[in-house]
Amino acid sequence: MNGGDPRDSDARDRGGDDPTGAGRGSVETDGGAASGAEASEGEGSRFSPADRVASVPPSGIREFFEIAENRDDVISLGVGEPDFTAPWAARSAAIESLERGRTSYTANRGMPDLRRAIAERVTRYGQSYDPDSEVLVTTGASEAVDLAFRAFVNPGDTVALPTPTYVSYGPGVRFAGGEPLPVHTRHEDGWALTTEALSEAGVDEADVLVLCYPNNPTGATMDADEMDAVAAFCREHDLLVVADEIYAALTYDGDHQSVATRPGMRERTVVINGFSKAYAMTGLRLGYAMGPEAAIDAMTKVHQYAMLSAPTTAQHAALAAIDRCDDEVEEMRREYDRRRRYVVSRLRELGLPVAEPGGAFYAFPRVADVASDGDARAFATELLEAEGVAAVPGTAFGAGGEGHIRISYATGLDDLKEAMARLERFLS
Amino acid sequence: MDEATRSLLDALVDDARESTADLARQTGLDEATVEERLTELEASGALRGYTAVVDWDAVDEERVSAIVEVNVELDRETDYDDVARRIAESPAVDSLRLMSGDYDFAVNVSGSSMGDVSGFVSEEVAPLPAVTKTVTHYVMETYKERGVSFTDRDDDDRLSVTP
Repeated sequence: MNGGDPRDSDARDRGGDDPTGAGRGSVETDGGAASGAEASEGEGSRFSPADRVASVPPSGIREFFEIAENRDDVISLGVGEPDFTAPWAARSAAIESLERGRTSYTANRGMPDLRRAIAERVTRYGQSYDPDSEVLVTTGASEAVDLAFRAFVNPGDTVALPTPTYVSYGPGVRFAGGEPLPVHTRHEDGWALTTEALSEAGVDEADVLVLCYPNNPTGATMDADEMDAVAAFCREHDLLVVADEIYAALTYDGDHQSVATRPGMRERTVVINGFSKAYAMTGLRLGYAMGPEAAIDAMTKVHQYAMLSAPTTAQHAALAAIDRCDDEVEEMRREYDRRRRYVVSRLRELGLPVAEPGGAFYAFPRVADVASDGDARAFATELLEAEGVAAVPGTAFGAGGEGHIRISYATGLDDLKEAMARLERFLS
Repeated sequence: MDEATRSLLDALVDDARESTADLARQTGLDEATVEERLTELEASGALRGYTAVVDWDAVDEERVSAIVEVNVELDRETDYDDVARRIAESPAVDSLRLMSGDYDFAVNVSGSSMGDVSGFVSEEVAPLPAVTKTVTHYVMETYKERGVSFTDRDDDDRLSVTP
């Protein structure tokens, strides 16, 4: 698992610890964190980060990364990307595009035929977008998330973030000058977002709601009724929605439910998706955003100055992926599904409660009852040190992840079996 | 075929030694049902066997393999199945398939020497009345067999912990 540049992960993880900014004590959610960070950076540096950068706490994943990289017996269940390689058709299309000398920029919004292919592809989720005016190809879904925040969040705006959730939203909101508002989802609800949780958190007063289903780190999906209820809440309180659907192709117990397909939701939703998870193309960095023309225009304005266009080579690969790789995607999905069933069964046999993960490639068991002081971070550290199994503590995904660990099953069954055997030994 | 049965076959194709307990965990079936399904699949002829994939180059054992292309000419009394049955009888035959294209049968053959393999072709295949031509291609190197790669390389270059 070497070969990658640890600094890269560092850069990626920085600011990733607590997406809501609320999990590590309220002191870090206000300006106080900025001066604290400044002092600790050491004097003498001309570069003290801007307040909105300093206000984002450092990554909680980084220390695990370092311990894990320094041992050679580690089985990592901490990887947030597919263990498959991108389908050959996609890779060869990338190579061919290089051989043909396709090394220029593309249109800001992405190659027209790729946008058409994307618009056609998402019809399977009941989504319908005009490839000319309502689709924007981005450098990974990550860029699309950032663009959405920069395009629609005014300084002081409140952006509601379910917690636990993916690490980038909180920092992204802060970089855009907004205020993250954590909305707790619960193990008991299968980590689905409920209108009760939205009301309780005061989301009726918020400006934007971020949805990430299927969810990282819980693997939760929303069923049709749950999504209807959230959509009704958004309409009632006039919320704008950023729906990160990067795991849409990886659902196991039913069709992917998109909030944007609910009545009255298309006009207030930006849907984000990409090639990384569905096609195992993380390193090619290609994603897309879809929404009403005005939304895509605004995001394109930021994109055209910040990025110009998404990587051309990757766009050629993506086009081939959509055209020719459905079988591979289905094969990968079926294999994830078997691993998912295996991991969930084993965790339950070991007495760790886990909500049925309907999508993505994560299980999110509760370890609070078996960890010292119920502390997920301590549990994960001890598990890594004692047994060489790396899993990410739930707190890395916000306060709502306390007492849980994220187990990624984007790892071969042999390793999963060995990891579960080690976990069993650790628990006994 | 229901999804659980499909998963069961997927799991066995990946690893035919999976325990019943692990098959149950991967498919969502209980162990008794797994056993039941396996029995049904075997009885119906869907599950034809459970064999090992061996890299003979890695053990101290001479092994020569070849792919033999066989052309046949059929007549009123002889059809493809008849010829295939004859050829398949030989223990040297690992697999036998009827093909589209320039020849009729592709036969995977193995033995402990080139003499064994060519002996099989000249003595058991070529003399059959229906056979008009054979072309034998010896295998020089095997890189992958039945989904299993023979080149050992750990190409997982992912960072070990990522969000």
